[in-house]
Amino acid sequence: MKKQYNTNYDQSFEQCVKCTVCTVYCPVAAVNPDYPGPKQAGPDLERYRLKNPRFYDDTLDLCLNCKRCEVACPSNVRIGDIILSARLKYSTKRPKLREYMLANTDVMGSMATTFAPLVNTSLSLSPVKKVMDRVLAIDHHRTMPSYSSQKFETWYKRHARAEQESFARGVSYFHGCYVNYNHPKQGQDLVKVLNAIGYGVHLLQKEKCCGVALISNKMKAQARRQAEVNMTSIRESVAAGRPVLTTSSTCTFTMRDEYPHVLGIDNSDVREQIVLATKFIFEAVDAGRVKLAFREDYRKRIAYHTPCHMEKLGWSIYSTSLLRMIPGVEFVMLDSQCCGIAGTYGFKRENYSYSQKIGEPLFRQIKSLGVDLVATDCETCKWQIEMSAGVTVENPISILADALDVEQTMKLNK
Amino acid sequence: MKFDTIIIGGGLSGLVTGISLAEAGQKCLIISAGQSALHFFSGSFELYGCDGAPLESIAALDATHPYSKLGVEQIGRLAEQVPQFFERMNITLRGSALRNHYRLTPLGVLKPAWLTMDEYVRVESADQMPWSRVAICDIAGFLDFQPDFLASGLAGRGVESKVVTISLPELERLRNNPTEMRATNIAKVLSDDVLVRLAQKINDACGDVDAVLMPTVVGLLEGSAVEQLRRMVDRPVQFVATMPPSVPGIRTQITLRKRFQELGGVYMLGDTAKSGTFDGDRLTSIRTANHGAVEFEADNFVLASGSFFSHGIVASPEHIYEPTLGLDVDAAGERSEWYERNLFKAQPYMTFGVSTDSDFRVRKEGQTLSNVYAVGAVLSGCNPIKEGCGAGVAILTSMHVAHTILK
Repeated sequence: MKKQYNTNYDQSFEQCVKCTVCTVYCPVAAVNPDYPGPKQAGPDLERYRLKNPRFYDDTLDLCLNCKRCEVACPSNVRIGDIILSARLKYSTKRPKLREYMLANTDVMGSMATTFAPLVNTSLSLSPVKKVMDRVLAIDHHRTMPSYSSQKFETWYKRHARAEQESFARGVSYFHGCYVNYNHPKQGQDLVKVLNAIGYGVHLLQKEKCCGVALISNKMKAQARRQAEVNMTSIRESVAAGRPVLTTSSTCTFTMRDEYPHVLGIDNSDVREQIVLATKFIFEAVDAGRVKLAFREDYRKRIAYHTPCHMEKLGWSIYSTSLLRMIPGVEFVMLDSQCCGIAGTYGFKRENYSYSQKIGEPLFRQIKSLGVDLVATDCETCKWQIEMSAGVTVENPISILADALDVEQTMKLNK
Repeated sequence: MKFDTIIIGGGLSGLVTGISLAEAGQKCLIISAGQSALHFFSGSFELYGCDGAPLESIAALDATHPYSKLGVEQIGRLAEQVPQFFERMNITLRGSALRNHYRLTPLGVLKPAWLTMDEYVRVESADQMPWSRVAICDIAGFLDFQPDFLASGLAGRGVESKVVTISLPELERLRNNPTEMRATNIAKVLSDDVLVRLAQKINDACGDVDAVLMPTVVGLLEGSAVEQLRRMVDRPVQFVATMPPSVPGIRTQITLRKRFQELGGVYMLGDTAKSGTFDGDRLTSIRTANHGAVEFEADNFVLASGSFFSHGIVASPEHIYEPTLGLDVDAAGERSEWYERNLFKAQPYMTFGVSTDSDFRVRKEGQTLSNVYAVGAVLSGCNPIKEGCGAGVAILTSMHVAHTILK
C-alpha cells in the first residue's frame, strides 16, 4: 500500500458517524446541488485527501465558512475547519486580482478613504459596476460599501486619545477594517459607551486586518503575518491589564478560533481576553460593576439577526440581553440563519445568485415584521440585509450609544 | 447569568423538560452540544414495544428501570397528557397507552407504537391491514428508500402494491450530488409549484388504489407542504419516515425549540457544559465551552445529555463515566461484562447510565445531589433498543422531573 500523503492533520473527522445532520443545516447545499455538502466535502473526502491530494475538489470553494455545520454536529467534528484547511492546503487555483482586491482590506481601505467621495460615487455608478463585473467578476447587482473620508484612527488621535488616560480602568479596541475605513461612527459609539461606564478606550500598538478575507481567499502566508502582528499587540495589551474589545463578530471569531485552528497560531494565553464589547459590557452589568441609564424618549422596534460566526461563538445572548435592557426597545428575535453574503463570497459573480437565494428566507422574515431597525454584530451581514431587505441595520453598540442617557450613566458609574 | 432551571441537553428530553417548566413560568436555559437524536425520529413514539397493553409489561419490570421509579399509575396519568402537550404546538399524535398500535417501517415491518404523528401509517391490528391495494411512491435517485422491501413486506400481509417512481427536473438537478440525495435535501426543493407538479405526477401514475404510501420527503421547514400535498393528491397519502436524517424529526425538533423560545427560554446550540461548582449537596453553577469564565447559575439543574451517541455517557478503554459533572454511573466494572457476544441479544452497555434516586436525583461520590436531576437516555436501567421504550422514558421522566421541580 502506498504511504499516506500526510500524517499531520486534525483528527476530529474520525469522530464523524455519518449522520448527515451537518448537511441538513448547510445553507449552500440547500440552494446549490453542485456543492457536495459539509459531510462529503469535510470528513468523508478528508480520508481520501490524506491518501492523495489529487482527491481535492474545487467545489470546496463553494463553502462559505459559516460553521453552521459545526454548530449542528453532535459529534464535535470541526467540519468547517477541515474544509477550509483543505482549501488552503490543496487548492491549485491561485488568487487573482479580484481576490487580492477583496482580501486586502487594509490596502484598499487606505486608498479608498483618501479619495472617498470620488470612490463612493464611482462605485455606485452602473457603468463602473458593469466594468467591475466584466473585468473582475465582482457582481454588478451588489451595492458596494461606501468609504469614509476620515479614518477612525485619525478621528481617535485628534478627538479622543487625550482624555482616555484619565480613566482608571482601560480596554484596547480592535476596531477592524470596517470601522476604520467605512464606518468610524461605530467606533466613536463604542468610545462613547465605554467612557460613560468609566473605561478608557485605547488602540492597539499595531493593528492589521484580522485576516478573515485573506484566509477565505487562500492567502495563508499573508494572513499568518498579519495575525502575528495582531497577536504581539494583543499580548502587550493584555500584559498591561487591558482586555481587547471588538465590535465585529467575525474579527472576534477569526482571532479567537481561526488563528489556532486554521493558521496554526497558538493564542491560548490570551484567547479569553479577546471579547466582543457587548459581552464585556453585559458581564460588567450582570455582576453589578456597571450601571446603565437610558433615555426616556428612545422608542424603537428592533429585530436581532444572529451572524453565522456569532452563532458559532454562541454569544448572541450578550448582545440581545443588552438590547432588551433598553426600556424603549420592542425586541424581536429573528430565526438564526445565514444572510448569504459571507464576507467577500457574495461579491463574486459566480456566487451572487446563490448568496441572495440563501438569504431569501431571512429577508422575507425581516420584511414581514415592520421593524425600525435590524441589529447585528457583523458588518457584511449589515451590507447584505440593508441591500436586500431595505431596512437600516446597526451594530448593538451603536444602538446602545443612541439609547444611553450619557450624563446619568456617568453619574451612576462615578 | 441566573436562571430558575438549567437543562444540559437539547433533544426530546431536554425540550420536554424546558417547555414544561417554561409553561409554568420558569426562566430556563438549555445548553445543547449539537443536534439531537430526534434527527432519527420514525414519526412514532414508543412507550414499551410489545403487542397489546404496554402498561402490563411495564408493571413486570424490575425496580432499577426508570419506569419502575415512576410507577404504572403515574405513567398512565402522565401518558394521557402527552398528546395535549404536543397539540399545543400543532403536532397531532394519535394512539393510547392502554393499547399499542403498529407503525410501518420503510422496510415493510410492523412495529408496536404508542403515539404516531397524524399523517403517518398507523395500523390498529397486525392481522388486518387498512388497505388491499396501495401505490408506493418513490423519488428517482433517493438513497434511503427501497420500495421493493416495503412492497414485499406488504405482500406478506396481503396488500397488493404498485411501485411508482417519480422524477421532476428540480429533483434531477439534485442528482448532480448523488451521495446527498437524501430526504432533507429533497424536501427543501418540494414546495410551491414543484409540489403541485409532484401531486399531478402522483395522480397520473397511481390509478385506483386505497392509499398512496411515500417516504417523508416533504415538509422539512414548513409543515404546510404536507397538508398541501395531501389536499392535491386524489387518494389518501400516508408517510413512512426514512433516515438519517429524518424529516419529521427535524420538523419536531424545530417546533419544540421554537415553542421553548416563545415561552422565554434561552436555547444555546453548539455549546458544551464543561464543569460545575458545588456547595455541599447542591450544584450552584456551571461553565460551558463557549462562555469561558461566565458562571451560569440556577436553582435546579437537569441532565438530559443522552447516552453514548450524544456523549452524555462516555466509555474509555477502562471505565464508563459521566463527563460533565463526574456523576456516579451504574455500569458493570469489567469491560468483558459490557458486551454480550451475540450481537442480537440485549447488550448490557445499553442499560448503563447515571445513577439516580426514586425522584431521578443524581449522585456524586455516593452523595445524592438535592437539586440535580437526570432524564431520558442518560438514565441507567433500561435498554431502549431491546425494549422499545426510548421515547416513553424520555418524555415521561422529563414531565415527572418538571413536576418535582415545580412542587
